[in-house]
Amino acid sequence: MHKKDLISITDFSKEDYLRIMELATEFEKNPNQDLLSGKVAATLFFEPSTRTRLSFETAISRLGGKIIGFSDSSSSSVSKGETLHDTIRMVSNYADLIVMRHPLEGSARYASQVSGVPVINAGDGANQHPTQTLLDMYSIMKTQGRLDNINIFMVGDLKYGRTVHSLLQALSVFENPIFNFIAPPELAMPVEYKRFLESKGIRYFEHLEFTDIMSEADIIYMTRVQKERFNDPMEYEKVKNVYILKNSMLENTKPTMKILHPLPRVNEIHTDVDDNPKAYYFTQALNGVFTRQAIISHIMGLK
Amino acid sequence: MDKALQVSAIKDGTVIDHIPASRLFDVISILKLYKNKEMITFGTNLDSKQLGKKGIIKVANRFFQGKEVDKIALIAPNAKLNTIKNYEVVEKRVVEIPDTIVSIAKCFNPKCITNHEKITTRFSVISKNPIELKCLFCEKITLENQVEII
Repeated sequence: MHKKDLISITDFSKEDYLRIMELATEFEKNPNQDLLSGKVAATLFFEPSTRTRLSFETAISRLGGKIIGFSDSSSSSVSKGETLHDTIRMVSNYADLIVMRHPLEGSARYASQVSGVPVINAGDGANQHPTQTLLDMYSIMKTQGRLDNINIFMVGDLKYGRTVHSLLQALSVFENPIFNFIAPPELAMPVEYKRFLESKGIRYFEHLEFTDIMSEADIIYMTRVQKERFNDPMEYEKVKNVYILKNSMLENTKPTMKILHPLPRVNEIHTDVDDNPKAYYFTQALNGVFTRQAIISHIMGLK
Repeated sequence: MDKALQVSAIKDGTVIDHIPASRLFDVISILKLYKNKEMITFGTNLDSKQLGKKGIIKVANRFFQGKEVDKIALIAPNAKLNTIKNYEVVEKRVVEIPDTIVSIAKCFNPKCITNHEKITTRFSVISKNPIELKCLFCEKITLENQVEII
């Protein structure tokens, strides 16, 4: 059988997405299952990402697997000049699964071609971070009870934010989504994604600031507006306080509406939102462990 | 004026016609014609109904195949290859951009892994006119004016 990898969110079909949702629900009910007993998983973090690495390592541990790897390339042979090709060739002889984060785009796809064992992309530069997208979907599924007919507001950096691009692609395979984009013109949703939605006949609306129609939102997906994205520091100063979500803005939103954020947050969600039951970002992070257990089981055919 | 007077005829070889005038020297470069030992004649800024101004290259005793033709297609999508045998045109081919491009173009994305390790580049052609190449690795799109031949 051809080995299965997860490199890009579009590698998975709607059936795969639904199967992951089903498995994540099972793992949430019963997190400790010895499905990886006797197996070795390598977590290769060529750039640090503590949150993602801990989430994966927790998922692997709860499945009973052993972990090898590194959390930063300075502590690996990469600092001696070893190529990615050679590192992956070597590790794929040791391990049964590779989870990899790398600063260069396309590195995960390349690793999957070199490796004889399944590769899960834990982020390749600004390109893809598919396990984040699946945990976002699981969070939507869990809080809304469905992935069809979702009205989602995406806020902040929609130009460079890979999480919003992947989530947009994933939700587009479900029935009747509505996308609302709130961003400054400098960080607007790129035209190729808007063209993609148009080609599928999916409705989207663009706004320059928070709007009253957020009362129709099922999900508000917040992202960070990063200073380094702006060529002109004045432009950043102008918009930096426009995209901060405050508790007072949530009064007219649906009681079932939830706020998601891939974290880490800086100031884009005011701390006065944290105690609102609509704030979901911390639970969303926990969902990551169940989702990653589900992804590993699905890819390795453990369930 | 008769074209034959503008660029002289060859006995055996290939005429690459309908090259956009601005890309003539790029075609010479990607085919490494500067290393060629046989007779080459070329002309540029010739009048063309189709392109306005066009370039043309005549190479004696060379017949282009496979990857060389794909390279020409990426630089000069409307080019025509005429095979000449004994002063006669025995075959006329319009170059065609293939659906996938392997190992001949460079990804424009400086952060793409293919620009950092020795990797055979691969693109799917998502548009042929204008050319848009999607890198199989970083998934970024290289546009026609960004295409660089390896």
